[in-house]
Amino acid sequence: MNDTIQAVSIIAAALAVSFGAIGPALAEGRAVAAAMDAIARQPEAAGTLSRTLFVGLAMIETMAIYCLVIALLVLFANPFIK
Amino acid sequence: MTSPLILEPVFQIGPVPITEPVLVTWAIMIGLAALAFLVTRRLSLQPSRAQAALEAVVSAIDGQIADTMQADPAPYRALIGTILIYVLLANWSSLVPGIEPPTAHLETDAALALIVLGATIVYGVRMQGLGGYLKTFAEPSWVMIPLNLVEQITRTFSLIVRLFGNIMSGVFIIGIILSLAGLLVPIPLMALDLLTGAVQAYIFAVLACVFIGAAIGENRPPRNASGKEHDTP
Repeated sequence: MNDTIQAVSIIAAALAVSFGAIGPALAEGRAVAAAMDAIARQPEAAGTLSRTLFVGLAMIETMAIYCLVIALLVLFANPFIK
Repeated sequence: MTSPLILEPVFQIGPVPITEPVLVTWAIMIGLAALAFLVTRRLSLQPSRAQAALEAVVSAIDGQIADTMQADPAPYRALIGTILIYVLLANWSSLVPGIEPPTAHLETDAALALIVLGATIVYGVRMQGLGGYLKTFAEPSWVMIPLNLVEQITRTFSLIVRLFGNIMSGVFIIGIILSLAGLLVPIPLMALDLLTGAVQAYIFAVLACVFIGAAIGENRPPRNASGKEHDTP
């Protein structure tokens, strides 16, 4: 029984990370593209833009990090494996 | 592979187990305190090199706080500056061979985030009084009270998980790569880790600023409103 749960846990962790990475990856791409566009139009605002961009990117990245943490919980602190 | 969620105590002081992140944190604290003491011992109007460097750091932090909170940075400089410099040094402490960053463990991040939560409440109460601070939970109407309460908890939790996840994943990935491919392969990833560490330290400090600014921020509209009242008659 434990073996089955472990196998399922590993598959679940891989699924969580892979699908959890799709959304943030697309979102970060759009955010960086928009920031590049803005910097190209207004190079003098590059400081403020990149500061805001970094904060925003970290916020978006957090979603992927949540998935990673869930995957690690499933792998290392699984409540169903005795 | 060892779990990143489990900590082994190095030694015990009485009933208190002392783990490696605690030791690293103590080392960083001693280092920072000694540096600050040595540099500020002989302050002069004609600054020495060290004093000029420290002044540049402090004024940079001041500028960031003033930009983010739109307020006088003086009351928040000590807290935000310490958080920024400590998290930065903790993230970069993996540069020293054999040392794992304390922020790669959940407990350190939880302590830091709880400090931020406590500071939010303390500054909020100090700025607008207990009643005024509690009233901000009922903004814009009393229906939002449960949501605002939940938000306090979730944003603290996301502060913990963000720092923990970013730093721990860096350490973890380097460990995996090191077990797959030998000596020089992890170096680009370690360079990326330095960038991540710096950005995460900055983010943590900026978010602490934003949270505290939101807690004290309700103080400003009444001041403007009272200014208008003085203007209208």
